[in-house]
Amino acid sequence: MPILEVKDIRKSFGSTEVLKGISFSLEKGQVVSVIGSSGSGKTTLLRCLNFLETPDGGSIAVNGETIFDAADPAARREADIRRNRLHFGLVFQSFNLFPQYTALENVTLARKMLAKEEADYRDRKKELFAAIEDDARRLLARMGLADRMDNYPHQLSGGQQQRVAIARALALRPDILCFDEPTSALDPELTQEVLRVIRQLADDETTMVIVTHEMAFARDVSSRVIFMDGGVVVEEGDPHQVIDAPTQERTRRFLEGYSGKY
Amino acid sequence: MDQILQQMPIVLKALNVGFLQTLNLFFVTGLGAIPLGLVIAFGSMSRFKPLSILTRLVVWVVRGTPLMIQLLIIFYFPGMVLGSNIWGKGEAGRFLASAIAFIFNYACYFSEIYRGGIQSVPRGQQEAGLVLGMTKSQIFFKVTLLQVIKRIVPPMSNEVITLVKDTALARIIALQEIIWAGQSFLKGSHGIAGAIWPLFFTAVYYLIFNGIVTVLLGKLEKRLDYFR
Ligand SMILES: Nc1ncnc2c1ncn2[C@@H]1O[C@H](COP(=O)(O)OP(=O)(O)OP(=O)(O)O)[C@@H](O)[C@H]1O
Ligand SMILES: [Mg+2]
Repeated sequence: MPILEVKDIRKSFGSTEVLKGISFSLEKGQVVSVIGSSGSGKTTLLRCLNFLETPDGGSIAVNGETIFDAADPAARREADIRRNRLHFGLVFQSFNLFPQYTALENVTLARKMLAKEEADYRDRKKELFAAIEDDARRLLARMGLADRMDNYPHQLSGGQQQRVAIARALALRPDILCFDEPTSALDPELTQEVLRVIRQLADDETTMVIVTHEMAFARDVSSRVIFMDGGVVVEEGDPHQVIDAPTQERTRRFLEGYSGKY
Repeated sequence: MDQILQQMPIVLKALNVGFLQTLNLFFVTGLGAIPLGLVIAFGSMSRFKPLSILTRLVVWVVRGTPLMIQLLIIFYFPGMVLGSNIWGKGEAGRFLASAIAFIFNYACYFSEIYRGGIQSVPRGQQEAGLVLGMTKSQIFFKVTLLQVIKRIVPPMSNEVITLVKDTALARIIALQEIIWAGQSFLKGSHGIAGAIWPLFFTAVYYLIFNGIVTVLLGKLEKRLDYFR
C-alpha cells in the first residue's frame, strides 16, 4: 500500500486553474522529485498537501486512510486539518525560522505545544519536555549543527538556517517530508551542504517530496521524478529516464534550459 | 526672589497635586488604550467587510480631528442631549470624561501602529507555525506577538511621549491637572496672584517625566535587540 496517494487534485485561484488534476502515489521510503518551469504549480501542489491551500477537487490518502476529500465538506474542519497536517512536513524556500527563538527552541516549540494536548501532560511535563529536547539535540547534531543549537537564526548562515528548518520539520516525525526549492535562496557552496543533508535523509529512507531545480541532485537522490507543466503531470518515471532521456517534447524543451549544468 | 522662595512650598504642593492627576490620566489612558487598540486593530483587519470598513472610518475620524474637540464633545454633548450630566459631579466626573476621550483617541492611534506591526510580520511565519500543527492562537502568542512588539516599540514610544504632553489638553474641561494647578496662581490661589513662574515650573515636571519614560522605553527596545 502506498504511504501517500494523491488523486486528481485541482486548485484554482480566481478564474485561473493552477492545478488541473494531479495524481501520483508514493511508497514508504521513496523520494519523488518534482521538476518543472516557473508557474507550473509545484509550490501550489506542496501547499495543498500541507493544507496551506484547500484543493477544489480531488483526494489525499495517507497509509490508506483518506485524510482529505474535496467532495466531503467535513474534511474542512479546522481541528481535523491541523491533525492531518502532522502527516506532512514542509521545508520552505525562505526557511521561515522563528527569529526570536534559538535553533534548539525552533525545533522544540511545536512539539512542546503538542505535548500540552497529552492526557498526562501536567504530571509528566518535565519528563516530556526533556525527551523533546533530547530529540531536538539529536536531530540538530544529525544536521551538523551540534555547536549551533543556542544561536539565533540571524547568527546563522542561510545553509545553517535551512538545516535548522529541516530539523524543525523532522522533529514532528512526519510521514512525508516536503521540500519547496530548499536551496534556491542559497549560494552554490551552501546549496551543497543542504543537499548533502537531504541525501543523507534519503539514504535513511525518509519519505520525501522534493521540488527542486537541481537536476543532478534530483537524478541521484530520487526514486522517481515528476515533470509538471501548466498544472498537469506531463511525464513521470525513473529519474534517469525522465532527466536523461525524456519521452515528451515538453520535458525535453524544459530540460534543454539546464543542459550542461548537471 | 525672596518672595518666590517663600511661595515655593505652597506652589510645589499644589503642582504635586496637579501632577498626580496628570499621572492618573496618563496611566489610565495607557492601561485602557493599549488593549482597546488591539481590539480595534483586529476590527480593522477583519475579513467581515462591514466591520473593517466601519472600524477604519471611526479610526479615520478620530485621528483626523483634534483631541480637544473630542474632549469637549464627550464632556458636554451627553448633558445637552439627555439634559443631565452622565459623567457625575465635580473632578471625578471630569476625570471620567477625560479618561474616556483619551482612551478612545489613543486606542485609535495605537490600532494603526498595531495593524502595521502585525502586517509587517511575514506570512511565512504563520505558515511555518501552521505546518508544524500549531493552532492560530498558539501562533499568535508564541510566534507573531513578540515580533510585533519589537516592531511597534519605537512608534509606540513616540505616541507615549506625546501622550505625556497631551494630558494637558484635559485642562479645557477644567480637569485639575498640573497646568490647571500652575495657572491657578495667575488668577489668585492660596493667596498668591499674578505669578507666572509656577507655570514655567510645570514644564520641568513634564521634562523629568518624559525623560524617565524615554529611558524606560529605550531599555525595552534594547531588550528586544537579541533577535532580528
Ligand atoms: N495565492 C495565489 N493567488 C493567485 N495566484 C496564485 C497564488 N499562488 C500561486 N498563484 C499562481 O499559480 C501559478 C502557479 O504558482 P506556483 O507558485 O505553484 O508555481 P511554481 O511551479 O511553484 O513556480 P516557481 O518555480 O516559480 O516557484 C502561478 O501562475 C501563480 O501566479
Ligand atoms: Mg514555487
